[in-house]
Amino acid sequence: MAGVPSSKTTTRLKIKRSNPAAGGAESYSEFDVDTEAWTTVLDAILAAKNYGDHSVGVRYSCRQATCGSCGMMINGKPRLACFTKISELDGGTVTVEPMKNFPIVRDLVVGFDRLFRSHHRIKPYIISDEADIEEGVRENRQTPEELEKYIQFAGCIKCGLCNSACPTMATDSQFAGPQSLAQVYRYVADTRDKGKDERLKIIDDSHGIWRCHYAGSCSKVCPKGVDPAMGIQLLKGHMLGFR
Amino acid sequence: MRESTIIRIHYATALASVAFVALHVMIRVTQGFADSLEFENVVANYQFLPYAGILEVILVLLSIHGFNGLRVVLLEIRQGRMYERGVTVACIVMMVAVIAYGSRTIFAMNMGAF
Repeated sequence: MAGVPSSKTTTRLKIKRSNPAAGGAESYSEFDVDTEAWTTVLDAILAAKNYGDHSVGVRYSCRQATCGSCGMMINGKPRLACFTKISELDGGTVTVEPMKNFPIVRDLVVGFDRLFRSHHRIKPYIISDEADIEEGVRENRQTPEELEKYIQFAGCIKCGLCNSACPTMATDSQFAGPQSLAQVYRYVADTRDKGKDERLKIIDDSHGIWRCHYAGSCSKVCPKGVDPAMGIQLLKGHMLGFR
Repeated sequence: MRESTIIRIHYATALASVAFVALHVMIRVTQGFADSLEFENVVANYQFLPYAGILEVILVLLSIHGFNGLRVVLLEIRQGRMYERGVTVACIVMMVAVIAYGSRTIFAMNMGAF
């Protein structure tokens, strides 16, 4: 009986290792992992962890690009490990490193404190006195056109890839970052929201929206198709009176 | 002052600078570009009030735009309350000094210092 054709190959996986809390130098661990056409980088890391070195530090959860936990630098680009197939990458060696512009906790795990703080600061929820649902009254109706204005920005999963790709984040430790700025636009463009002035005031400081230089790298790396750079430019226009 | 107000000034001075520098270049081209820096021509330019006015406006616009640009670059390199305040004050002082020194030259020449 003829065998089923297999796409199985061996891929070399280089994982950057570090543990800042314990000190010590950074290093790379290398593993040879069997991969198929459908094997994701996360699958390969977990195989290395299961059969090579169980001490590899990696954060993951849903494995379907929904939770935003497994962001990392894959061959030098910020990507979700669960959303990146090894067969889509160039070259035989896959190098994985922790995301840039984030403090390293251990190995591939980074701290999200700054991202969450920045996100929380812009009040990421609908602010409206009419938020309570009254019986017999249809709540907060919107036209498809009104929904279209912000819906793509509501797809953000807070994975941090945009902040990792942002050149301003690398030098300005107080910059709000593309993730939270795009979320400001998401709520400003929402007709149900009444917190526009509050939010615009928050980002209108010396490390707010005006420090974005429109490199556009945030939009290139977003795994959910959100375009933070466009949101930020629309928000700038809004603040300058082009509404 | 809010950052959006500063940025409005930044953009406005950039656009106005382009217009005034274009005017300045056009005047120079029509007046014999090669002789622009001859001493007598320079003095004559300063003593022609409308042209001296254009030079003064360019000086003010570019000083405001340039030193605010420098402030923004320096704020992105390092952070900290004292540092930021220092950078802002230093940029304002330098801007005022450059405008004062340039204006002094323009006014002195215009009033016949040479």
